[in-house]
Amino acid sequence: MSRRINIFRPLGVLLIVLALVAVACGDDDAVTTTTGGGDTFTPGALGYIEVAPGAPLEIRALQSISGDTSFLGTDQVRGVELAIADYGDVAGHSVSLGTVEDDLCSAEGGQAGAQNILAQLAPIAGTDNGFTGPLGVIGTTCSGAARAALPLLSAAGSVLISGSNTGPSMTQSPFGTAGENYAPGYYRTAHNDLFQGGAVARFAYNVLGVRTVGAIHDGDPYTDGLATAFADAFTELGGTVSVYTATIADPGDTDKTAVLTEVAAGAPELVFFPIFQPAGDFIIQQAGGIAGLEDVIWVGADGILVDDFLAIPETEGMYFSGPDLRFGTNTSLTGKSYNDFLADYEAAYGLTPPAAFHAHTYDATVLLLSTIEAIAFEEPDGTLKIDRQALRDALTATSGFAGVTGTLSCDAFGDCASQTISIIHHEDPSDIAASKANVVYSEAAGVAAAG
Amino acid sequence: MTTSNTALRRILALDAPTLAVDFFLFALKMFLLFVAVWAVAGTIALQVAGEGLPADAWRDVVVGGLAQGFMYGLIALGYSMVYGVLGFINFAHGEVFMAGGMTGYLVADALFDAGMWESAFLLAFGIVLLTAVVSSSVMAVLIERIAYRPLRGAPRLIPLITSIGMSFFIQYAVRGLVGESFQTFPQLPVGLQERVSILGVEIEGIKLFVICTAIVSMIGLWAFVNRSKTGRAIRAVSEDKEIAGLMGIDVNRVIVTTFAVGGAMAGVAGLLWAMLFRKVYFLTGFLPGIKAFTAAVLGGIGNLVGAMLGGVTLGLLEASGPTLIGGLRWQIPAWAGVAVSIIAVGGVVLGLRIVRRAEPGRLGAGLGYVLFGAVGLVLGLLVLPGSTVTIPGAAQLKDMIAFIVLIGVLMIRPIGLLGERLAVEERV
Repeated sequence: MSRRINIFRPLGVLLIVLALVAVACGDDDAVTTTTGGGDTFTPGALGYIEVAPGAPLEIRALQSISGDTSFLGTDQVRGVELAIADYGDVAGHSVSLGTVEDDLCSAEGGQAGAQNILAQLAPIAGTDNGFTGPLGVIGTTCSGAARAALPLLSAAGSVLISGSNTGPSMTQSPFGTAGENYAPGYYRTAHNDLFQGGAVARFAYNVLGVRTVGAIHDGDPYTDGLATAFADAFTELGGTVSVYTATIADPGDTDKTAVLTEVAAGAPELVFFPIFQPAGDFIIQQAGGIAGLEDVIWVGADGILVDDFLAIPETEGMYFSGPDLRFGTNTSLTGKSYNDFLADYEAAYGLTPPAAFHAHTYDATVLLLSTIEAIAFEEPDGTLKIDRQALRDALTATSGFAGVTGTLSCDAFGDCASQTISIIHHEDPSDIAASKANVVYSEAAGVAAAG
Repeated sequence: MTTSNTALRRILALDAPTLAVDFFLFALKMFLLFVAVWAVAGTIALQVAGEGLPADAWRDVVVGGLAQGFMYGLIALGYSMVYGVLGFINFAHGEVFMAGGMTGYLVADALFDAGMWESAFLLAFGIVLLTAVVSSSVMAVLIERIAYRPLRGAPRLIPLITSIGMSFFIQYAVRGLVGESFQTFPQLPVGLQERVSILGVEIEGIKLFVICTAIVSMIGLWAFVNRSKTGRAIRAVSEDKEIAGLMGIDVNRVIVTTFAVGGAMAGVAGLLWAMLFRKVYFLTGFLPGIKAFTAAVLGGIGNLVGAMLGGVTLGLLEASGPTLIGGLRWQIPAWAGVAVSIIAVGGVVLGLRIVRRAEPGRLGAGLGYVLFGAVGLVLGLLVLPGSTVTIPGAAQLKDMIAFIVLIGVLMIRPIGLLGERLAVEERV
């Protein structure tokens, strides 16, 4: 008796598996919905999101809102909130941001946040590929979080638009091909670090006239990507990268003697260290204690271009690269210029923006909302249907979009920013505002290093 | 013939797992030794060839390592003393250290605002040091009173777990009080920021200050433990609590004193740490605490001089490790390969002798000598000449390098450099 059951059990399992495979491979084709008005809505392969009459249109934010980097993420969440307020209704529907997810500035945070957002997508009963829930995600703050969040969101048919990811690998490689972490559905309104690294290299080689440089990263994708881009560009210009090394980002690692000695052994004239606090603080504070580093020119990037760091006496004489925030009279399609935005920001939150990417995130949000509005299909009863493949296609086709950061055009890999990098010279730690305005070099590009 | 038959029979009689473990440990030792010799020889060779660090940079590596190491040593003293009298590891000791740094910051910041930090530095430092030492001592004594004394009779594992709980409690209590952001210690007076010339060697003022303060504290502690009546009581308790009690020593009082003194040393270290790195926050004590514990084990837990020696060794290893591992980029010349082969042949001969003598405890090592000798012979003649290894971003591996060396040292000498004793039992 028991023998017979043992024979049939595998067969049963096999049948169930076959049935599941059949269902899974079955009908993925487009479903045509015919509406009473005679217009037809044909969703693409990624399905569609439906917004019921009177219901808000959902978007989400995945930003670093806790820990050391929370000032970056919070700044950007405010950019999203102001953009939603300025843009107003989308095809008659209000926009809801829901709960902001925390990317923790880490791969774990990015993954967990993406899962939480995807869990809010609910299939609509009776349809094959209709959903209710979030249409897109504004985020992440950190490139490391995006690398983990993007595969999940991309596979689920969503879009992720970041106003601050600058790590090259999510879009393109230095050779103009898809980057290591590229996935469809990713866009950014921040610059690509391939361009920032190149700009710093050109500044060092052409303006400062140095020929031997060093670079320090901390293993994080943002810092590694930027340091590599700098080193590659500098080598291409004909210079020598005599030391390329890494330090430990952990705040408990306070003694930087080892890494500074390694740098000193390479005898560079200039060192580019696009890392974060507090590792950056320890490096600049202890650099004076290592022989051979007395005359080195230190260059940091936007990660340490923050008031706390600039106030350290040892930072005097440093250079910092970062996105050029002199947006002038650029006007977003919401009708706001950067100055209007700043006034709104202060009125709403009672402070000036503490970080650099609020305006880029504002543009990212307006770009998402306006693109949704452009492709949304409205049923006669007011139900809104948004085809997810069409949303991606329309975002990729973005050209001449008016943002406060400039005119945005997306390329095939999702780089949409109007990239301008400026370098400031920090001459007086007691007058940070003057240093921030002391732009000594600026470079604009169309699309960074494509081809 | 008979001997080798006996040897063979003994080998066959041995259980395979024991042999495998012996062999593995032997292999690990040999590998570490080989890499260490290569790294050190390479560093020296590169230095001779003029490709190494300039002499000034070596000076800074050593001074930096010493400053870091003396601070580890000061913290390690607390671990060692508590282990000596109570026989368990007080994992909350890192937080006692952090408390010293944090209090030091709070007081120094206030004095800086009042202008005293610049104008009367020594007096200000005295005040800051006193508050840091007192707060750390008080914290250590409170921890003992609240968390450990009620568990005095419990198995050793219980206070160990309690100490980890205490550690978290203090970390997050400080976070609640001061916040989670980094507190920036005031800029040091100009004199400490500049280099000072000692016997023609230019040393950074602050590092010299750290080293001197640490040495003075340590001499004070050594004299206290070895020369004072209370110190003798501490040594007596660490030898045997019950007998010491019978001799009229108030054991509880001695234990409290031990915590207070260990806490005071951690307080000094905390303040020096905050002055040197100028950043403190609620987790400042975590990593240095773990490392100081390691230093205490390296020097021989329970041994005060050992704790200092362990701390300084760890500090120097951390500072110089990445540079030394950079020595692997030295291309091994042919003669060095031949030398390895000759040593390897010697290893094979030695191994065969050990196997023939068939001492059961050494068979794994004997087989290891034979096998590794054979491998070394081939490596030395065919692979090594011309070999070079470049490790990118070696500075990021500094903790790994330091800890691998520590593992290596403990494999060879499990009781630590100076052995595990707070007091040497004197018997006539």
